Amino acid sequence: MKLVLDKRSEHSELMTLMSPVLAIVLTVITGAIIFAVQGLNPFSALFVYFVEPLTSLWSIEEVLVKAAPLILIGAGLSVCYMANVWNIGAEGQLTMGALAGSFVPIVFSSWQSPLTLVVMLIMGALGGAAFAAIPAFLKNRFNANEILTSLMLVYIAQLILDWVVRGPWRDPKGFNFPQSISFEGWQLMPTLGEGRVHIGIILAVIAVVILTILMSRTLKGFEILVIGNAPRAGRFAGFSRKKIVWFTLLLSGGLAGLAGIGEVAGPSGQLQTAISPGYGFTAIIVAFLGRLNPIGVLFAGVMLAITYIGGEAAQIDLGVSDKTAQVFQGVLLFFILACDTLILYRIKLLASKIKPQQHVAAE
Amino acid sequence: MGGTEAIILTIITASTPLLLAAIGELVTERSGVLNLGVEGMMVMGAVCGFGAAYTTGSPYLGILAGIAGGMFMAFMFAVMTQTLATNQVATGLALTLLGLGLSGLIGESFVGLPGAKLEQISIPFLSTIPFIGPILFGQDILVYISIALVFATTYVLFKTRVGLIIRSVGDNHNSAHALGYNVIAVRYACILFGGACSGLSGAYLSLAYTPQWIENMTAGRGWIALALVVFSTWLPKRLAIGAYLFGAVWIMGLYVQAQGFGIPSQFLSSLPYLVTIIALVIISGNKTLTRVNTPACIGQTFVPDR
Amino acid sequence: MGKNISIRGGTAASADYLLEARGITKMYGDLAANNDVTLKIAPGEIHALLGENGAGKSTLVKIIYGSIQPTDGELYWLGEKVHIANPAAARNLGVGMVFQHFSLFEALNVAENIALALPKDIDIEDLSEKISEVSQEYGLPLEPTALVADLSVGERQRIEIVRCLLQEPRLLIMDEPTAVLTPQEADQLFLTLERLASEGCAVLYISHRLDEVKRLCHDATILRMGKVVGHVDPQQETAASLARLMVGADVHAINANREYNPGETLLKLNALCQDADGPFGVSLLDINLDVKAGEVVAIAGVAGNGQSELFDAISGERVSSSTSTIRIDGRDSGLDNITTRRKNGAGFVPEERLGHGAVPGLSLSENIVLTRHSDDDGLSKSGFLDRESAVAINERITRDYDVRKGKPDPEARSLSGGNLQKFVVGRELDRKPKVLVINQPTWGVDAGAAALIRQAMIDLALSGSAVLVISQDLDEIFEIADRIAVISRGQLSDAYASNELSLEKIGLLMAGEHEKKTTVQDEKVSA
Repeated sequence: MKLVLDKRSEHSELMTLMSPVLAIVLTVITGAIIFAVQGLNPFSALFVYFVEPLTSLWSIEEVLVKAAPLILIGAGLSVCYMANVWNIGAEGQLTMGALAGSFVPIVFSSWQSPLTLVVMLIMGALGGAAFAAIPAFLKNRFNANEILTSLMLVYIAQLILDWVVRGPWRDPKGFNFPQSISFEGWQLMPTLGEGRVHIGIILAVIAVVILTILMSRTLKGFEILVIGNAPRAGRFAGFSRKKIVWFTLLLSGGLAGLAGIGEVAGPSGQLQTAISPGYGFTAIIVAFLGRLNPIGVLFAGVMLAITYIGGEAAQIDLGVSDKTAQVFQGVLLFFILACDTLILYRIKLLASKIKPQQHVAAE
Repeated sequence: MGGTEAIILTIITASTPLLLAAIGELVTERSGVLNLGVEGMMVMGAVCGFGAAYTTGSPYLGILAGIAGGMFMAFMFAVMTQTLATNQVATGLALTLLGLGLSGLIGESFVGLPGAKLEQISIPFLSTIPFIGPILFGQDILVYISIALVFATTYVLFKTRVGLIIRSVGDNHNSAHALGYNVIAVRYACILFGGACSGLSGAYLSLAYTPQWIENMTAGRGWIALALVVFSTWLPKRLAIGAYLFGAVWIMGLYVQAQGFGIPSQFLSSLPYLVTIIALVIISGNKTLTRVNTPACIGQTFVPDR
Repeated sequence: MGKNISIRGGTAASADYLLEARGITKMYGDLAANNDVTLKIAPGEIHALLGENGAGKSTLVKIIYGSIQPTDGELYWLGEKVHIANPAAARNLGVGMVFQHFSLFEALNVAENIALALPKDIDIEDLSEKISEVSQEYGLPLEPTALVADLSVGERQRIEIVRCLLQEPRLLIMDEPTAVLTPQEADQLFLTLERLASEGCAVLYISHRLDEVKRLCHDATILRMGKVVGHVDPQQETAASLARLMVGADVHAINANREYNPGETLLKLNALCQDADGPFGVSLLDINLDVKAGEVVAIAGVAGNGQSELFDAISGERVSSSTSTIRIDGRDSGLDNITTRRKNGAGFVPEERLGHGAVPGLSLSENIVLTRHSDDDGLSKSGFLDRESAVAINERITRDYDVRKGKPDPEARSLSGGNLQKFVVGRELDRKPKVLVINQPTWGVDAGAAALIRQAMIDLALSGSAVLVISQDLDEIFEIADRIAVISRGQLSDAYASNELSLEKIGLLMAGEHEKKTTVQDEKVSA
């Protein structure tokens, strides 16, 4: 038997919708196998993982808290990847956004006004965008691969953050813990209701709406699509690839920066050495699971947030390692990519009848 | 042992994992495949290598397990990108994310355990020569293997028919297919070789560099290896020079840190990543250096017509 | 002509034939690329395989060379049934093939390129000597250590031929070999092929140039829509009768009879120079040309002599260094980008349909936006797209230019080459451009679509526009052009009235007769 691909003449609408669903089903099946191998009842483990987070108000709120940064970053990355610009340094842009946004509450700690938060958010977005401008500049000016430069900058950003919270911005009354002073009042994201859900999720939804309009209705979105699909045709249309590189990297960097300041001014309430459980990387999965479509990203962000919460729950209830969630996320991305093959190709299994006769020539 | 000698020895130790992983990726890329999952394959090699060495007490079995771990990941990448024609960039990212997660899960019970360290192989007599003895003839087996790989890949790629076929597939897969070469099979082989080298590199980290298992212990070395391949303009010997220069920068950073000149340690720790960016900028900006050796088909999906 | 045609369905395989293909069928989904095809080739015979684009010639040849496997049917070699599993098996039998789009590797040298097609145990050092020997013997000069990327198209074809000759083939397949040659180079090739045939080697010669086939071939098999529709002796046929067989009807003649009354100059190239883009590109040197209202000017030349560079320079995909080098409808445009040049009344059709002229994965209506987003017809209003207008324009264009499609607004990649070309050309003609620049207008397009496109270009000129056609197809050029210039190594000859230009003269120009002796390129070569 041999597996071969037959190219479809057009992409399959059905598979475009079905491929993420199929990928999730396959991931759940793989998850069941992993749990069974660990000696757990796969059904109850899967229940804890994927269903329980949605059964209590508290955990739904936690899902939304985690979904907000994932959606913000994932939506930006989806536009980036659409343009064939591979920003994988969102984690670094998130970190720099958090740092830049924290400037006001730490340096002018007594300033309390609704404007405080607005300035913080703007500076967060600018910080992320400025950090993403580095790979954009290096790509356009020196043709340096943005994948590698943006990723290297993640490590650098984390070291800068580490230095800042241990050094200049350390809370003088913090018993030498590596953290800044705690934010208060208008330095914090307002919460929705009593729980921990903050306005970050609203910002995320707004971003999704704007990017949906951008990609489906505007000439800019069309430029991004054309440059990503066929750069030569883009040049023929009079679109500039360099401008698109700038635009998409600044956009995704800005959104990642916004997510960063949202974390610091939200659940965390202060700068710490670790401000994100890898949101910037998980958002790559969110972007692909969402089919590089901002609305898809909305659902995908919630889905991935569930695996975080489910992972925590499973660790407490079942003693499952918290690494399992990361494995799930990796497996999910694999299956999404594999299922996406079905959008452009039909998969056929050929019985290998040709093989036995190889190299038969006239005697 | 003099100070200079000690520094050179540590530089070799720091460079070897980069060299091992990068040489494998160089061959993969020469066949026209961009595997961004080096970090993931490496970290799997590290955890498998440590686990096998710890369980059996033999670092050599650890090496084999490391190779197997890297190849297992590479095989998944090959099935995805070659058989299912998935996007190589995205699949490589997936491989890294999965490798980091999976290694953490597998290695959870190994954290804090003392590992089995790979012994130095001292070549009798020669290794007693002052200064150059320990440097040239007192290394562990993986250092020798990494050097041998540089010469072997140079020879195979540029002096043998196998190498000619690999380069032809990387240059123009449609022509290679038209002449009857099995592009996908060649690429499978090169991807698996890359996986084996990455696994070896990971095993070096957990068996020789720091003989223990630490989560995410590759610390971005896989990505630096990828940058080194670009820096080398796909030439193995230039790659070796790059890897050693790089190891030197890394160790100098640590050395300066130990001396404590009042420079924040975070700055020195970020040096390797900064240097990587600078190296990429220097090489990528130079069109004449990159154009000729860059495999023309790199990263492109190939689906044969039937 | 009727009695010369016999559709042979053989019974017993005869050892008289070197190769016999029987009942070959190849299905792609529901489409039969080959349908019960029978072909017989005797040793020492030059056998033409004729057919339009898409008739199934390439499919049949790939099956004989083992690149693809037939769905049904058998191959016999010297009367024995054979299964050709892959190209290596074909080469072992003695089948050599010269590909239309060469199967070469730019980053490798000549010897390495040749070694890849030979058995495993070849030593590259010995090979270099053998290459020199064979290339001298057959008058095909080659330098074994030269990098393919640096070679001209003609030299590249020589590599392909020498590669086959070194295998001492008994059957040589040539796929459209003269498409990339000057008439003189083609003559040289015919001598080589005739000599090979006289030595007993059979040649399967694929072409759609009927005069060549009449001149060279002993026998011809004609394919139409995957089926054999005739087996004739080309010497007994006229070009017209062969064409009828190929197309299945009388070829629609172009109405080219018209008064030649050129008006004012609408496109002027004035000492246009441009450095090569990258190490493998061609530099443009001092190019001067006027194209006037009401005329069609053609630029002939062998592929790879600067045609695409010239197109990019005129279209503005690469902006010139000074504004006076290009003048479009009275406006100095050298520094304008492509969008501004379009607004100024120019339209452009590039050579590559998919990926350059159109985005494969986008719908036709979206591909309308590609070149017309800044026109006045409201496709883009203050940054927002008007998709309904695009759909309406697409309806009009696909109707006016007979673009056949399966659904109202399909993806560009799902269209056949001819239909997509009609779309890409129609998209520009629909704008009624004052200047139209079109590169290889009918490359790889079926006869019906080609006739429609050529007629449309002539009609546009008649309506008072200036049309510049860059083409490799000399038949096409003589059919439609009022004046002809020739490009060679980035230099353009003067433009001659087409009725004053002989084939011989055009061949000399294609070979570079007009080139200035001390050019930058020559200096580079000698340095």
